Amino acid sequence: MKEILVTILSITGISTVLAVLIIIAEKFLNNYGECEIDINDGEKKLVVEGGSSLLSSLASNKIFIPSACGGKATCGLCKVKVLDGAGPLLPTEEPYLSQEERKEGVRLSCQVKIKKNLRVYIPEELFNIREYISTVTEIKDMTHDIKEFRFEFKDGEDIKFKAGQYMQIETKPYAKVREKATRAYSVSSVPSDNKAVELIIRRVPGGLCTTYMHDYVKVGDEVRMTGPYGDFYMRDDSDDYVFMAGGSGLAPIKSLVMDIMERNLDKKMIFIFGAVSKKDLYYTDFFREVEKKNRNFRYVPALSRPEPEDNWEGETGLVTEVLKKYVEGGKGKHAYLCGSPGMINACVNVLVDSEFDKKNIYYDKFS
Amino acid sequence: MTPQINPFIIFFASIITSNMVLSNFLGMCSFISVSNEFKTASGLGKAVTLVMVFTTVINYVVYQYIVLPLGLEYLRYVVFIIVIAASVQIIELAMDRFLPELHIKLGIFLPLITVNCAILGISLFMVIRNYNFWQSLLFGLGSGLGWWLAISTLAAIREKTGKSKIPQGLVGPGLTFIIIGLMALAFMGFSGIFVIQ
Repeated sequence: MKEILVTILSITGISTVLAVLIIIAEKFLNNYGECEIDINDGEKKLVVEGGSSLLSSLASNKIFIPSACGGKATCGLCKVKVLDGAGPLLPTEEPYLSQEERKEGVRLSCQVKIKKNLRVYIPEELFNIREYISTVTEIKDMTHDIKEFRFEFKDGEDIKFKAGQYMQIETKPYAKVREKATRAYSVSSVPSDNKAVELIIRRVPGGLCTTYMHDYVKVGDEVRMTGPYGDFYMRDDSDDYVFMAGGSGLAPIKSLVMDIMERNLDKKMIFIFGAVSKKDLYYTDFFREVEKKNRNFRYVPALSRPEPEDNWEGETGLVTEVLKKYVEGGKGKHAYLCGSPGMINACVNVLVDSEFDKKNIYYDKFS
Repeated sequence: MTPQINPFIIFFASIITSNMVLSNFLGMCSFISVSNEFKTASGLGKAVTLVMVFTTVINYVVYQYIVLPLGLEYLRYVVFIIVIAASVQIIELAMDRFLPELHIKLGIFLPLITVNCAILGISLFMVIRNYNFWQSLLFGLGSGLGWWLAISTLAAIREKTGKSKIPQGLVGPGLTFIIIGLMALAFMGFSGIFVIQ
């Protein structure tokens, strides 16, 4: 009995002493005190507790840097120019930064730990990004794996965004998933509808956020989101636009087309939508309706593998082939592409071959 | 058993002829995986040396003044490992603060020092061989320096071989093992001068 007691007590005693030592070391060594973040040469100054990441410190001060992976250095979106005080470049950041970016001091803000005063540069439009608490007011089934959600903001808050931009949704822990996840989805509604946003979400098998949105979120639920993010938005300086999307990539294109219509801009537009078979098409009636109202707009759905029962008479084959057929002479035209990285890369090549200027090709890769 | 050995003989022997990694084959895993680059290898060598000295001293005191008087010899593995884990934790915190670049380069291998068998090996040899305080201290220091010397030498050689043409079949671990074997032979060449067992 005595032996058991002595054993337990001595192990506990030794562990306690060591634990206390570690706590003291942690308090002393991991305490970087208060650090100042100087944003855009004194435009804004934040005083934060050192020791945490730049991304989270900025977020807790209501400055939201885009990040689709939630600070795990896997999406490469949270780039911020750090002019001073960031410390050495980490191996985790290297794959996402080009040589030029490295020279300019661009860093992934989720990997920069604040240890001393920092000077950073944040583009003006990121200050527009805010946090919104919304209520789901409508869920529509678009296809067998795509749903559209409407989120109305609490307390009548309104949002200012450009057609084509995206929002980031934060999931709550559900079922066996304990951690929160943040994922980006493009807005499919128009900027003038500024008390709410609509997002089109395709189910990704095993996806953390899409499973949550498809299976767990019901009408009336509260969802936290931040935004608007992204530089995939309408530039008005052309008269001829080519839109091209696959799957849920239709969302920002719908927003862009509706925006152009609302503003009564006199633009020539063609929208090529790629899908596998007829069951993957959606918003067809909507775009047909737009076609009727606006003689400058043309809608071309293209199926890569139509089922025999689809009785499909429209365009068939690879989306790049269809694009080649409809796009001739790209000089002065603008192209907006949205879909999987593979599709976009292939389409960009087709467009460049058709004499599109590379800087007039805008895209948003969904991966 | 061997309290009469001069601590300095233990010191030199543990650097060369009784080198932890080249004669006892302890601490092989980080020895091979972190020896690509001289600077990083040397950094890890310093960290291991520091942990070795640190833990040998603490383990000596804990063993002599707590474990032995209470008759808890059968708990020595547990005690040694907790002490080692805590020391590594503190060193990691310190390194993150004062040597952030090295901290990033060492990555996972710094926390892995916790289970570096060379480090537990020192504490166990110290007990088995009945070393007194000075002998233990110099044994820890010598073994650390020996490990540092071995990994730095290996890394320097590997940096050279990395730039030279070598037969395809030997690229990577193959050549590394051959180099280690030759290094062990060279270190053992001193065995006429001093050796401890």
